[in-house]
Amino acid sequence: MNIVVCVKYVPDAQSERAFTEDNTTDREGVDGLLSELDEYAIEEALKIAEAGEGEVTVLTVGPDDAAEAVKKALQMGADKGVHILDEAIAGSDAPATSLVLAEAIKKIGSPDLVLTGMASTDGTMSVVPAMLAERLGLPQVTFASELTVEGEGVKIRRDGDSSTETIESSLPALVSVTDQINEPRYPSFKGIMAAKKKPVETWGLSDLGVDAGQVGQANAWTAVLETTKRPPREQGEVVADEGDGGTKLAEFLAAQKFV
Amino acid sequence: MFELSQDHEDFRKAVRDFAASEIEPHVAQWDKEKHFPTELVGRMGELGLFGLVVPEEYGGSAEVADGTVQSDFTALCVAIEELGYVDQSIGITLSAGVGLGINPILSFGDEEQKQTYLPDLVAGRALAGFGLTEPEAGSDAGGTRTKAVRDGDDWVINGAKSFITNSGTDITSVVTVTAKTSEGEDGRPQISAIMVPSGTDGFTVEPPYDKLGWHISDTHGLTFEDCRVPVGNLLGEEGSGFRQFLKTLDDGRIAISALALGLTRRMLDLATDYASTREAFGRPIGANQGVAFQVSDLAVMAETSRVLTYKAAWLKDEHDRGRRSMKDVKHAAAIAKLYTSEAAVSATRIATQIFGGNGFMEEYPVARFYRDAKILEIGEGTSEVQRMVIARHLGLPS
Repeated sequence: MNIVVCVKYVPDAQSERAFTEDNTTDREGVDGLLSELDEYAIEEALKIAEAGEGEVTVLTVGPDDAAEAVKKALQMGADKGVHILDEAIAGSDAPATSLVLAEAIKKIGSPDLVLTGMASTDGTMSVVPAMLAERLGLPQVTFASELTVEGEGVKIRRDGDSSTETIESSLPALVSVTDQINEPRYPSFKGIMAAKKKPVETWGLSDLGVDAGQVGQANAWTAVLETTKRPPREQGEVVADEGDGGTKLAEFLAAQKFV
Repeated sequence: MFELSQDHEDFRKAVRDFAASEIEPHVAQWDKEKHFPTELVGRMGELGLFGLVVPEEYGGSAEVADGTVQSDFTALCVAIEELGYVDQSIGITLSAGVGLGINPILSFGDEEQKQTYLPDLVAGRALAGFGLTEPEAGSDAGGTRTKAVRDGDDWVINGAKSFITNSGTDITSVVTVTAKTSEGEDGRPQISAIMVPSGTDGFTVEPPYDKLGWHISDTHGLTFEDCRVPVGNLLGEEGSGFRQFLKTLDDGRIAISALALGLTRRMLDLATDYASTREAFGRPIGANQGVAFQVSDLAVMAETSRVLTYKAAWLKDEHDRGRRSMKDVKHAAAIAKLYTSEAAVSATRIATQIFGGNGFMEEYPVARFYRDAKILEIGEGTSEVQRMVIARHLGLPS
């Protein structure tokens, strides 16, 4: 089974994040890393490939540093990498990103399965998987917290607030996975050394036949007009216990709908 | 030399992530309950930590079938440093698991012994101990009293061992013990190393010690009463046990340096953070030179420890590649072990002082590190022994 995993290089969610002057995410001033939510998709792809035969290709769209996300996926065990690198892509919105990803996947070949995380940890829009499936004409099976390959298809479990759904799909398909699906592995020394010998291709827009006028900030369907830093958290309310502390606490929790 | 390779740094990142996610959230509880996390050992095995100096044929990543070297002793030191940064007990579990458990079997075992024990030890499915120290033979290992007498096809072992790491866990498969097997022509005892599988009749693992620190690490005394093992359990040549153990000690000293380095770096980070945020007399305490200078001293200790540890590790790897003498390694290992362990003890004292009353509370990790530091000056050769080794290297009269 040939699997393509789409991954994103994001600013470290633990660090102080900021926006640049054009209201796009500042990717220079903070450390970046492979989006942690994408590690679950990589792990799931590796498990499927290890259980049978197949190849895992990891695909990213992003600036120079995004090669680090591909590298980590290869260290974890993916077989090869593709990095779409083109200055014209900077500031692209979700529709443009999904276009670039779709064309890249077509160029890679016709995978049996496209896997993604449930969202990026920076934009957290969760829409690229659906858009990508639409562009590729694939069934979209999103938010899988369990995934099994059965015969010519896949079955997933999707956990909702009030019910759990079991969904089947034929292959090829696109599946996005949640952080409940597995425990991603850490790269071993063996994996780190092996990754150095794995092929990574870098393609520009022209390699994909995508026109620069279809992507980038200038061609985005939406624009961020303004960003404001969240105000510092205000001091909490101190409840003085005058014999009725328990009641006051319960009232507070009820007012906040915690109980 | 002044920078580790990108591969080592990538590996450091992986171990750091592992330690932050898999160890840090639980470690205060484990320490309090003196709980040995067997399951974590398995996960460390999955990450390949026990196989960093073991060839691929036994499940490791040090050397692959075509002879290319992959991971090395330096990589092991990186792993011990990063685990030790989060918790010293977990760091020593790896250090002893590899240096004392795996190494003697790998270095001196025959093919059958290696095939029997190494794959499980490397995978983290099993742990092995090394029994050298005795109630009356510590630094003076030549004073070993444990005896092994040949009886037919068996060795019959009698004696006791002290402070044996990883000897009593649920997954301990074997303990290698040193014992007098005969006397040489010069009348000096011949010491041999013999593998005793867990559960052998006459082999008793005593209850765990009540220790000042290293609460998560598994340490027991061992007793042997007419304990019989097949003659095939002899590890290496009869009478070579003493030489063998000396060889394992040099690696162990560098590994302890890496552990001490992890501790000192942690003290630096904790103290820097605390001195920058804790306020007294209307400003952060780090704005006072009395505190700032102490934090600076921690930075010097951490950096010096780093340079000494990785120089010694590099020499050891170069020795394994046939490019350096063992004499160079021994000297560098003794210097690194002496400095980094004494610096670590000082670093915990300084960091605890900066934390003030909070530093004395178990709620803050400095207290745990304060308890854990002292053993670094004692285990794998005391500071005094390191000074003896250094003096000998300098050619001082003995």
